[in-house]
Amino acid sequence: MSNQTMVNYKFSARLGSILQKNVPFLILIFLLILFTFIAPNFMTVGNLRTMIRQISFAGISAVGLMFVMISGGIDLSIGSQIVFSNVLLAIMMVDWKLPPAVAIPLILLVGTGLGAINGFLCIKLNIHPLIITLGTSAIFKGMGYIINQSRNIMGFPDSFRWFGQGFVAGIPVPVIVMIVVALIGSFILTKTYFGRQIFALGGNEEAARLAGVNITRMKVILFMICGFISSITTVLLLSRVFAGQTITGQGLEFDCLTAALLGGVSFKGGEGNVFGLMVGMLIIGVLNNAMQLATFPDFSQTVVKGSVLLIAVAFDVYQKNRRAKETVAKVAA
Amino acid sequence: MDAKVVLSLENITKRYPGVLALNDVSISFQEGEVHALLGENGAGKSTLIKAVAGAIDIDSGIIIINGHEYSKMSPSLSRSLGIEVIYQEFNLVPTLSVAENIYLCERSEKSVLFSAKEIEKKAVKVLDQFGVKIDPRIMVQDLSIAEQQIVEIAKAVSKNVKILIMDEPSAPLSVSEVELMFNIINQLKQKGVTIIYISHRLEEVFRISDRVSVMRDGRYVTTKNTQETNRQELITLMVGRELKESYPQRKKSPGEVALEVKNLTGNGDRNISFSVRKGEILGISGLVGAGRTELAQLIFGAASMESGEILVKGNLVTIKSPLDAIKHKIGFLTEDRKGQGLFLEMTVKWNISFPIIRRISNYGVINTKQEDQIAQKYKERINIKTPNLLQQVINLSGGNQQKVVLAKSLAAESDILIFDEPTRGIDVGAKQEIYHLMTDLADNGIAILMISSDMEELLGMSDRIIVLCEGELAGEVQKENFNQHYILDLASGIH
Repeated sequence: MSNQTMVNYKFSARLGSILQKNVPFLILIFLLILFTFIAPNFMTVGNLRTMIRQISFAGISAVGLMFVMISGGIDLSIGSQIVFSNVLLAIMMVDWKLPPAVAIPLILLVGTGLGAINGFLCIKLNIHPLIITLGTSAIFKGMGYIINQSRNIMGFPDSFRWFGQGFVAGIPVPVIVMIVVALIGSFILTKTYFGRQIFALGGNEEAARLAGVNITRMKVILFMICGFISSITTVLLLSRVFAGQTITGQGLEFDCLTAALLGGVSFKGGEGNVFGLMVGMLIIGVLNNAMQLATFPDFSQTVVKGSVLLIAVAFDVYQKNRRAKETVAKVAA
Repeated sequence: MDAKVVLSLENITKRYPGVLALNDVSISFQEGEVHALLGENGAGKSTLIKAVAGAIDIDSGIIIINGHEYSKMSPSLSRSLGIEVIYQEFNLVPTLSVAENIYLCERSEKSVLFSAKEIEKKAVKVLDQFGVKIDPRIMVQDLSIAEQQIVEIAKAVSKNVKILIMDEPSAPLSVSEVELMFNIINQLKQKGVTIIYISHRLEEVFRISDRVSVMRDGRYVTTKNTQETNRQELITLMVGRELKESYPQRKKSPGEVALEVKNLTGNGDRNISFSVRKGEILGISGLVGAGRTELAQLIFGAASMESGEILVKGNLVTIKSPLDAIKHKIGFLTEDRKGQGLFLEMTVKWNISFPIIRRISNYGVINTKQEDQIAQKYKERINIKTPNLLQQVINLSGGNQQKVVLAKSLAAESDILIFDEPTRGIDVGAKQEIYHLMTDLADNGIAILMISSDMEELLGMSDRIIVLCEGELAGEVQKENFNQHYILDLASGIH
């Protein structure tokens, strides 16, 4: 092999591995190109801005979910947490006449508290978070319905409108919040020792314990972070809808989970990054948006989203198996 | 020789991406012999047995079993020909009973319905042959590792095994359990079963085997009659160079007391008192289940103590969690390095720096430069063989994984190190390196507690040995009184 072909070979091998690691990113590019051609209204500044604002709510909560998932847990109660705190926030501002400057910090505390409930139940009952949060999900949602009393709560101060409907330099506020939350999340995960401990917990819980990590405290803190971040979503969503209804937030965890799995966050823990998560979220956004433009009926949209979730999981498993095979080959040799 | 050849491998080659795992290997095995297979990690033993078991496809070569030639093996074909493999990682279902595991997937001849009673009876018969009492109704997860292995053997025997392949069967066993296993092997041999025995422990090879084959770097080296060879020759054949299996000399004598425990009780241990000095290697002997690992867990805070005192450098300390132990500069190198010691999916650097990651962070942010330096320093200091620090630990050999575990504890600058089975499942060359590292550490003033089931290693490395028996301290032996039989007697509760 001549020097030049060697360089070429190395280059293409590296390119190959980069592409392999970024399959979700390639899927996103492919979808963007595809819909540009088949849906004339798709690739416009206005539409893309709408699309990104649509995903920003789930996108924010997904960062919290990712923290829990990397540590090996899961939170299925995200949507229901929002249902409850959304109604409560509306009640605070309309019934109790609290100004937003008081109500918002309070609801952030409540959201963190809901996360803490999840966390404490997990460590005290020693039951898998999947089951715990399935249970609390029903409880939180039910409590939301109870305090809502079938009302459509309206009459917020106008100053509250900015959070969900405002723009800064032409960018919707929720999108800016999503970007900030994602950047902070990424920083914590990759640059701090706390981030390391989250990966350690998901990678090998017993090894983490023996290395001196206080794993019960970590688990509670992670659920609190997840709850806190979702209460940010609550504020933005209520401001966007501008009416307190129990429908707001329901099933939001579905998009968060799909985005996480699409973006390479492992269901078993120990793996994940914010870039992948955001790519996963954008794939969902593009699909949702394009299906709406193409006036797909609601029910077939659900079918498509369900299929995407399964494909995401299958892809995750396929990647793992292939890596495991490569490893076996190396070890056996 | 006129013994009948039951299994013959001819020119077997197996290639993995980038490596030739088996390179034109030819070996034959005779009926009713115990045939040891020796080689360092990576010599190709595991690949060879997987080829025979049909777990992998070979690229070329022929496998001849009872005169029939096969160019391809499959797991079911291999089974139907009476070949059974006991892998290092057991293939048992932890949540099923002993009997259910032995007769997994087997249908009753009498009825289409599953009968627990019937298989329990059959299981008792099989287990009785070995002279072991294990309740067939007990769940496998509640058995000791030694008992689980007996269940594995029973499973193979119940299937009318002709060729039994055992991969490192003695690794998790204590001395007396190894004896029991040897008895079982001898019984099987009387019945004409061929046993292919893979082990790193040469003494066992000499005890149990009739012939021994050596592999190196994926190639077959030679086969010898065990009686006509010796240790030194086998080691030379395995490593391809002269290598003395010896224990390094210590340069300094122990200093002041580093760790003292008084009447330690909890986690199944009762009333244990001893001390270890700076620069001393204290061996901890005992049978499996004597409470050795449990003692280490107590000292390290991984299990909670009921009563007793722990003194570090003469000061009474409270250790309630591993974090407390780490703060008092105690390090624990677990026997279960994959399950408890390492983050396999993570990189070498990540693993080494993890225990001290908090210390090398400013306001929570990791100082990556310092992290790189520390990882690099310990990689070089203990000679971890890895292409770079960003290699995933799962891709390293057992010996190098053990070195990463050691690097973790060293990076944490521990003064007291507890080694639990430090050389289990690693090859001769890597063992020597670990011994030298331990000796260096002791010479540098670190107090070492070494739990080991390998009597030779224990006698060779320790300055003093304490012996546990059923959760209690059975005795303490000074170096000048080291004697294998005496220690075994103590461990068995005879004295």
